[in-house]
Amino acid sequence: MKICCCIKQVPGTTEVKINPETNTLVREGVETQINPFDLYALEEAMRTKEKMAEAGEESTVTVISMGPPQAEDALREAISLGADRAILLSDRAFAGSDTWCTSYVLAKALEKIEPDLVFCGMQAIDGDTGQVGPGIAVHLDMAQTAYVAEVVSIDAKKMVAKRLIEEGYETVELKLPALCTVVKEINEPRTASLRGKMAAKKAEITQWGAAELETPEDKVGLAGSPTQVVKIMTPPCREGGEKFTGETPELVDKLYAELKCLEVV
Amino acid sequence: MSIKVDPTKCNGCTLCVKACPVDAIEVKDKLAVIDLDKCTLCSACVSACRFKAISIEVDKQPAEDLQNYKDVWVFGEQRDGKVAPVVFELINVGRQLADDRSSELSVIILGDNLDEAVADLASYPVDKVYVYEAPELEIYDSERYCRVLTDVMRDYKPEIVLAGATTTGRSFMSGVAIRLYTGLTADCTGLEIGEDGLLHQTRPAYGGNIMATILCPYTRPQMATVRHKVFPTSAKRCEGEAEIIRLTPKPALFGSRSKFVDFVETVGEQGNLVDADIIISGGRGLGGPEGSAPIRELADELGAAVGASRAAVDAGWIPYAHQVGQTGKTVCPKIYIACGISGAVQHQVGLKSSDVIIAINRDPNAPVFDIATHGFVGDIFEVLPALTKKIKALRGAPADSCVIQ
Ligand SMILES: Cc1cc2nc3c(=O)[nH]c(=O)nc-3n(C[C@H](O)[C@H](O)[C@H](O)COP(=O)(O)OP(=O)(O)OC[C@H]3O[C@@H](n4cnc5c(N)ncnc54)[C@H](O)[C@@H]3O)c2cc1C
Repeated sequence: MKICCCIKQVPGTTEVKINPETNTLVREGVETQINPFDLYALEEAMRTKEKMAEAGEESTVTVISMGPPQAEDALREAISLGADRAILLSDRAFAGSDTWCTSYVLAKALEKIEPDLVFCGMQAIDGDTGQVGPGIAVHLDMAQTAYVAEVVSIDAKKMVAKRLIEEGYETVELKLPALCTVVKEINEPRTASLRGKMAAKKAEITQWGAAELETPEDKVGLAGSPTQVVKIMTPPCREGGEKFTGETPELVDKLYAELKCLEVV
Repeated sequence: MSIKVDPTKCNGCTLCVKACPVDAIEVKDKLAVIDLDKCTLCSACVSACRFKAISIEVDKQPAEDLQNYKDVWVFGEQRDGKVAPVVFELINVGRQLADDRSSELSVIILGDNLDEAVADLASYPVDKVYVYEAPELEIYDSERYCRVLTDVMRDYKPEIVLAGATTTGRSFMSGVAIRLYTGLTADCTGLEIGEDGLLHQTRPAYGGNIMATILCPYTRPQMATVRHKVFPTSAKRCEGEAEIIRLTPKPALFGSRSKFVDFVETVGEQGNLVDADIIISGGRGLGGPEGSAPIRELADELGAAVGASRAAVDAGWIPYAHQVGQTGKTVCPKIYIACGISGAVQHQVGLKSSDVIIAINRDPNAPVFDIATHGFVGDIFEVLPALTKKIKALRGAPADSCVIQ
């Protein structure tokens, strides 16, 4: 079985701070991480490979990332965690891609691989749209489901997945090839093994650009993106209010009075 | 496609250098120089520059047929024939947008046996309700819903389409936008028609650390998913009637490679986080699974939903569906009560837009107090039960003096 996992390199969250003077994003250093949800996607890809192996079928896990050249770090990390192969989709022409173009570029790469199963995170913590995974499936015209919390069963032809929605858990059966976006509840990702770390050092990362993917200029990057970011602002920082200390009865009286003011008691 | 610095306007002030999230800008000889290999054309520098020295050039022209697109449409998400609450919020903002564009507001609803839902929608100030009924659409199926809605959009050409940023809206609307080759702005918290006649869509990104305004200038419809509880629920209509239009189902669109198996409801147990007006969350301070009892009791008393920090979820004390924060849910209730939660940034991003944040924590230095509207330094196991008791005892008593305001 060919299993793919799409990962995005995102800023290390805690570094996204606001400079109160210039009111802009401050990023000390260029520390990055694999989007947290994508670690669950990758883990599920590897667990699926293991499950298939028990059933006597060999599988490969390929990780793919679209991003600047430094996204290679994220791909190496994915290999240290157990992925077999990594592909970096990087090209000047891809810069400024919105979710339409991002999912298009990823879909063009997946088309070359012809995966049976694709895992994505439910959303990236920077762009935060959750649109790329479902978008890829539509570009590729394959079955899909989002917010998967458990892969109940899987074989070469179909999978049963339990998805977490507002009111509870919905179980669906998908014909393969299929794409799932996953939530944190799905598993607990493993940490890198020594062997994995060695493999990551040596691994050759395949690089594909617009030429290899045959993406027309007007369908990628800023030129191909239907949405345009025209303004970025930093919202005012939320400030803490009064902090009450004292004996419990006092605190309870104050808290009660506040709830009363808020008209909830 | 290119990004340019105008040397006559740039004075080397370095505002853009600080704004760049990928460190692609350097100031050399009082002029900003952009490393095109690093630049992602995110436009953060364009916004940051006070001298309008940086510009991104887009060489796309509006397609000629944009004028053929009219009206504002709202996706009338329903489950078991019950319309999702966010739809009535979308009707509110949709009405405003339609009026500003001197156009009509329609709701489209997909499903089966929708009479009640349709009557409900028609009692709100919408001009038209499009009803697409078929047994195959009774239960949400991403593939079918995507194909059907795309087809209807192609026929009717709305100018603006809004859907709730629910698990349904976020996932299948993306597909609709892909098929129509148009833009979809996620999780909007602000929507207005600009002087240019375009929909100006404002949304949080980077965990709410920035607000981005996004346009979809060259393609139609302009599509957006909208967060819960950002816009107030629409009032019911006071006059007139909505036109109800039944669309003829096209079974050819109903093929799907996924099949519904079952649905297990879990919200009954502790309330639906995203819809809740009050959320009471517990963190590591609960100390164990039994530690959540005082929280649940207070939640019952206040009609609140129970939330959790990642620590309480990972320890197995509260289910993941209740996790608030970066790897859980983003919520914006009227009141968020954080109990025994230290308030790490990753938790904060999930609740920052709550109207009022109340924090109860033993540690006076907990970061949660930096964002709490009202902080209480105390032991949750003493404060919460005493508070619940007091609320029970005084239920219905007249208001006494207010501490706030
Ligand atoms: C401030 C700001 C606001 C934006 N708002 C919008 C918007 O409203 N609509 C819009 O269309 N675009 C928007 N964009 C552009 C969007 O961030 C990019 O298209 C981005 O590349 C992908 O979107 P995402 O980060 O939201 O990913 P998500 O859709 O949240 O990611 C979901 C999953 O898709 C996979 N994935 C995502 N990106 C990649 C990648 N590059 N490589 C491999 N796998 C990936 C991962 O598995 C990930 O977990 C915005 C950009 C900025 C800077």
